[in-house]
Amino acid sequence: MSELTKTTLTRAELVEAYHQMVLIRRFEEKCKELYNARKIGGVYMHLYSGQEATGVGAVKALKPTDHVITSYRDHGIAIAKGSDVKRLMAEMLGKRTGVSGGKGGSMHLADVSVRMWGGYAIVGGHLPLAAGIALKSKYSNDGDVVLCFVGDGATNNGYFHEALNLSAVWDLPVVWLIENNLYGMGTPVEVASGQPELHKRAIAYGMQDFGRVDGMDFFAVYEVAQQAVEYARTTGPALIEAITYRYEGHGVSDRIYMKRVEEMRAYQQRDPLLIMEKKLRELFPDIAPELAQVESAAAAAIEEAVRFAEESPVPTAEDLVRNVYA
Amino acid sequence: MAERNIPMREALRAALREEMIRDERVFVMGQEVGAWEGTHKVTRGFLDEFGARRVRDTPISEMAIVGAAVGAAMAGLRPVAEIMTINFAFLAFDALINHAAKARYMFDGQFKVPMVLRAATGWGNQATATHSHTPEPIFAHFPGLYLGCPSTPADAKGMLKAAIRDDNPVLFTEVIALYPKPGLVPDDPDFVLPIGKGDIKRAGKDVTIVSYGRGVEWSLEAAEILAREGVSCEVIDVRWLRPLDLPLIFESFKKTNRCVVVEESLPFYSFGSEIAAQLQEHMFDYMDAPIKRVSAMDVPLPYAKEIELMALPDAHKVVAAVKEIL
Repeated sequence: MSELTKTTLTRAELVEAYHQMVLIRRFEEKCKELYNARKIGGVYMHLYSGQEATGVGAVKALKPTDHVITSYRDHGIAIAKGSDVKRLMAEMLGKRTGVSGGKGGSMHLADVSVRMWGGYAIVGGHLPLAAGIALKSKYSNDGDVVLCFVGDGATNNGYFHEALNLSAVWDLPVVWLIENNLYGMGTPVEVASGQPELHKRAIAYGMQDFGRVDGMDFFAVYEVAQQAVEYARTTGPALIEAITYRYEGHGVSDRIYMKRVEEMRAYQQRDPLLIMEKKLRELFPDIAPELAQVESAAAAAIEEAVRFAEESPVPTAEDLVRNVYA
Repeated sequence: MAERNIPMREALRAALREEMIRDERVFVMGQEVGAWEGTHKVTRGFLDEFGARRVRDTPISEMAIVGAAVGAAMAGLRPVAEIMTINFAFLAFDALINHAAKARYMFDGQFKVPMVLRAATGWGNQATATHSHTPEPIFAHFPGLYLGCPSTPADAKGMLKAAIRDDNPVLFTEVIALYPKPGLVPDDPDFVLPIGKGDIKRAGKDVTIVSYGRGVEWSLEAAEILAREGVSCEVIDVRWLRPLDLPLIFESFKKTNRCVVVEESLPFYSFGSEIAAQLQEHMFDYMDAPIKRVSAMDVPLPYAKEIELMALPDAHKVVAAVKEIL
């Protein structure tokens, strides 16, 4: 445990971060259950379980006015940025009270009120959007940073190259956080990437490389994210690679095969929730009641969210044609 | 107010410059827009007048140019991005269609995307197959995007200003062959032609010729030839492929009961196909003859001048089409 961590986040803030990680896990478990019960529809749902420390650790390094944007694996990021789980769950159920009015679904959760600009489902497609949002910040001298989550798979298409290069030549205030969960769909990173140490891509753009971080450890992610965010705010774009692991398939239609079961067992020994809980107990020996409170609060919030979502109305024919144009 | 006789490129330049003076959020970005002063000199003098913050040269990164414009627009700026020619817009198809056109709808109106993407269009001059596209109808296929293509300098000014002031993404194509052609243009900095409003470029009673962009020139030339033979043609310039001014076309057709559609684009799944389908669906009772379509031939464009010209429409092909349905 570094001194930095002890001094920059208060006990209350750490408990809040742990609460968000637990809330994400319970949200994803509930989504899986509701999908299997066919209450959540569609063929696309990409769960964040296993990656909570990366999302929450990085977002905690931001100011409330800073921006986040991500791919289709977006539930956890929306929760981390502070979006209301009731409205997130309503979106999962395709209700008009959902954050995206029931038009976006699992892959397109956005909540601009908390500067969560959305989940995007074309791999890499949101990267230039992140650059554009960062350009607005620089253009208007807002002092706000964009945190852009990038899947490992997205590092191999043209969007990644074009967006990172543009951010470098324009010195944009953006942190590119590669969430390396070892697989792009089913293809291992080392099969897909000539240079599997993805953070090394930074050198190609003359960009500040903040290296690899253990994405299962909230404190490690938070610490490096804080440095990268500060760098982006004052100097220019920054790149981080977090090594993390998803417990579910790529999507709900993807079965976990045997090789991954053993691999997952190893990662689950280092589950982000377990690591954080252990460190909190070390830091604050009297914290047990607060941790118990976190569990019950998360369970209650999910229960309330499901009730809200189920009781909400579905979108109407008017909603169908609304907001095609401004 | 006064008018000046200026070429279309100067009319576009005036529109852009006036809007940048009027609204600090408006800026230009694209390949060679700054030091080079624009491939077609539309941004001549801009770097000196507005500086590098608002006149932003980009790398040759079409996906990032369009995607960053989308992000900047979402966050509150009003970018006017430029793709050097429409041929390169295919590289940015995803950014334009999946992001610019859909982001507002997917997230149910949480933000607007007030951006303009300018691109030179048109073929001829032995530019050969990959540099000889007029693909406006492809882009006009998708809801969420507007598409305009002016045929005169005055229209160019009024339409571009409307596009910049509108809160929706607009693809604005400019016919290369028309850049040097002069016309009277109002000096009025608030000369704005509403989006989706077509124009009768020549009134007539026997046949309706519907066109846009360079096709308007061929149509007017054909109407002149036919007038000498006693045939009165009404030439409609739709100006906007989306939204399309169907009422203007329908009103004319009710009077003439005959229609020829003229376009520089290809014949399959085309502008002509759409107009013919709309007339058949809505104006069947007024129809006295088949709808004729004049377009480029269904081949990629070759280099040799002799066969290149064979593939392109011209006034004589329009005259022949009109005569077939008299």
